[in-house]
Amino acid sequence: MFGAGGGTSSYREVEEAEFILLWGSNAREAHPIYFHHVLKGIKAGAKMHAVDPRRTASAKFADSWLGIDVGSDIALANAVAREIIAANLHNQQFIEHSTTGFDAFREHVEKYTLDYAAEVTGVPADAIRGLARAYAEATTAQILWTLGITEHHNGVDNVLSLCNLALLTGHVGRWGSGLVPLRGQNNVQGGGDMGALPNKLPGFQDVIDKAARDKFSAIYGLDLNPTPGLHLTQMFEAMAQGMIKALYVIGENPADSEADVSHTRRLLEELDFLVVQDIFLTRTAELADVVLPATVGWAESEGTVTSSERRVQRVRPAVEGPAGARHDHLIIGDLAKRLGAPWPAETAEELWNELRSLSPMHTGMTYKRLEELDGLQWPCPDTNHPGTPFLHGWLWEDDLGGNPRAPFSLTDYEGPKEQLTQEFPIRLTTGRALDSYNTGVQSRGFNSPIRSGEQLQISEVDAASLRLSQGELVRVSSPRGSVEMEIDIKREQARGLAFTTFHFPELVDLNLLTNDEWDPKSGTAEFKAASIKIEKLTNGAQRA
Amino acid sequence: MTLTASEQIPISLNGKSGTVQSGATILEAAREMGVEIPTLCWASNLTPANACRLCVVELEGSRTLVPACSRVCEPGSVINTESERVALNRKMVLELLDSTNDLSESPELQALIDHYGADASRYDEPSTMKDDIKVEDDLFIRAYDRCVLCYKCVDACGDEAQFTFAISMAGRGFETRVSTEFETPLPESACVYCGNCVGVCPTNALQFKAEFDLRQGDDWDPQRQTSTSTICSYCGVGCTLDIHTQDNEIFKVTSPSDHSVTAGHLCIKGRFGWQYVQPPTRRPSSPDMSS
Repeated sequence: MFGAGGGTSSYREVEEAEFILLWGSNAREAHPIYFHHVLKGIKAGAKMHAVDPRRTASAKFADSWLGIDVGSDIALANAVAREIIAANLHNQQFIEHSTTGFDAFREHVEKYTLDYAAEVTGVPADAIRGLARAYAEATTAQILWTLGITEHHNGVDNVLSLCNLALLTGHVGRWGSGLVPLRGQNNVQGGGDMGALPNKLPGFQDVIDKAARDKFSAIYGLDLNPTPGLHLTQMFEAMAQGMIKALYVIGENPADSEADVSHTRRLLEELDFLVVQDIFLTRTAELADVVLPATVGWAESEGTVTSSERRVQRVRPAVEGPAGARHDHLIIGDLAKRLGAPWPAETAEELWNELRSLSPMHTGMTYKRLEELDGLQWPCPDTNHPGTPFLHGWLWEDDLGGNPRAPFSLTDYEGPKEQLTQEFPIRLTTGRALDSYNTGVQSRGFNSPIRSGEQLQISEVDAASLRLSQGELVRVSSPRGSVEMEIDIKREQARGLAFTTFHFPELVDLNLLTNDEWDPKSGTAEFKAASIKIEKLTNGAQRA
Repeated sequence: MTLTASEQIPISLNGKSGTVQSGATILEAAREMGVEIPTLCWASNLTPANACRLCVVELEGSRTLVPACSRVCEPGSVINTESERVALNRKMVLELLDSTNDLSESPELQALIDHYGADASRYDEPSTMKDDIKVEDDLFIRAYDRCVLCYKCVDACGDEAQFTFAISMAGRGFETRVSTEFETPLPESACVYCGNCVGVCPTNALQFKAEFDLRQGDDWDPQRQTSTSTICSYCGVGCTLDIHTQDNEIFKVTSPSDHSVTAGHLCIKGRFGWQYVQPPTRRPSSPDMSS
């Protein structure tokens, strides 16, 4: 059905697409080798439009850059939809055959006129019209996005707004056209696929489905809890309410990475018992009662990971980890044994074969095939199946392959939860730098010649009105906290917008500022939109 | 006569007849028919630069030898890849390279020098490329006395892969060198340290600093080395990494040039971001009961 949790397209499709829409993604820096595929597409003649509050390294390759105000994506997407319909460029035949809810959708987006959208988003009406025409008129078009879409209090609605555009034009379910969320870690996709979601078993089977649970119970030899669990954000809420008293953290560093991080640290410190399983003594591990040393997934362990094109690929140990560090699956397996659940699988391959027997979309992926074919794209239901380069081909089949028609979604512009105020008049957004990664625990291991630490990038206009000079140390505050950091004046930065990466918590504890308002549909916090003020310190102080 | 892409055409190669896909280069046709042609500036993930002249072959009807890497087969092409004239030409190309460059870390070229009996010593006091080794950062070094000006690094940095355009050919004649703008040190240039230049360099003129240190310390030992294929952890693209180690320490990371995800190219994190796995990074090694 439409809405399965994975990117629809293969990377190679963007090389052959006529039109590329990059939305809330700086893939040039955050997904550089995916961007090579984009560049091949551009070299072959594709047009690219980029929607981003900043004119990023990626946006510089675009034919049109739509410098959107942070958090106004839905207004822009709905205006694009309205313009496509008004210009009669929607795919009526596809809409009638494969979708539901078009009439209500048409009516719903009617209020998103070009003028209204231009006012709300800050994008000129001509650029919005240009995007609508170019996307709808292309024979093949890809929409790519990352956390600029999802890390908002209404991230799910943002995604649904982009899906609407694909349904409106038939740009999904065929080679060259699709919807591609680029994943931030090498196994975000695989983690979800393997059931690391509170309401899912491996292969996106529902926890509340008794028949699905019974398959797993038969192998584990015990009944499974039929109640969906909590997602990350709910867990922190449960900690705050004293409902969760013990926490087992595997390969995550929430004491640095969570929005409104001082709140998170307090909750972690108040736990009765904290176990951290990691390859480093992270800030979170320093708070732990027990640290379980693990081997590095990609360099010291056997297993698989799944990429943004749903490709399951083998990882293998290239080096031995430190004495005492163990593979994650062995640690978890031993823990299960001590808890009275003697899981039968011992090696990574045995565990994988168990998964293949339980998750139909992985059944055809033997280790041998994964090795010989450089990975396979799910779904791959049997050992003769070649894998699936793109999803939702059924949308174009006469009988829709027995699936329900894909629904349009009605979404509305709200803007960020944290509105700008007189006290906090500047919008702070965040993103990755090319040579660094998340809280920096991995990337600080190598000496990058192009690394410049953490600076707050602001516009020339804002710098002038605050009488700040390049490199000056300032105090940056949001309603939640305050940090000192250097400023970096950017000629191309929009007025009223501040940007920083979040890779150096040891230098600048940036998540003291970010907002933990979260999307009830996804549990993801609104990292991308906080309100801040910038204050001058003593006369032109520089960091020593 | 017009040809479609899928059409098969007849050719003759070293006296044997065969058919190849129309549009195939002589190099592709030869490999298809089991005949090896040596290459230097050619790479499967780059457009042929036609710079080195090592792959030249005889093509009936052509006055000069033709480069196999870029010359497309035509119906009825009669090709000889190992004639006396071809061998003499390759021998001379190798002698000229060997007389000007340090090819000591190019085992494949050394093997060809032996095979064709190339003898650079027959040149009296040849001009040699002299350049100090550039060690400007901890990631990779540049030793341009080994550089054969094959263009691979320039193309990989430019519109064949990376689109960064940090390096180009500079200078004229014998003084031609691969260079950043105004010979700016690499850390201050437009370079983004993807290392895709290192990945395509055929003579080790560009090499990982970690490999350079091993070789300088006289501790280079291929017998103690391994290569393991795995997947990068730094984002969700899923780039295949070949991890090269010596004595359980990583010194180099490459990616296969025929891979559908990477085409052999990586970014700074994938190629150089592995240091944290090993010392001096402190890793927890036994369960720590801290309270």
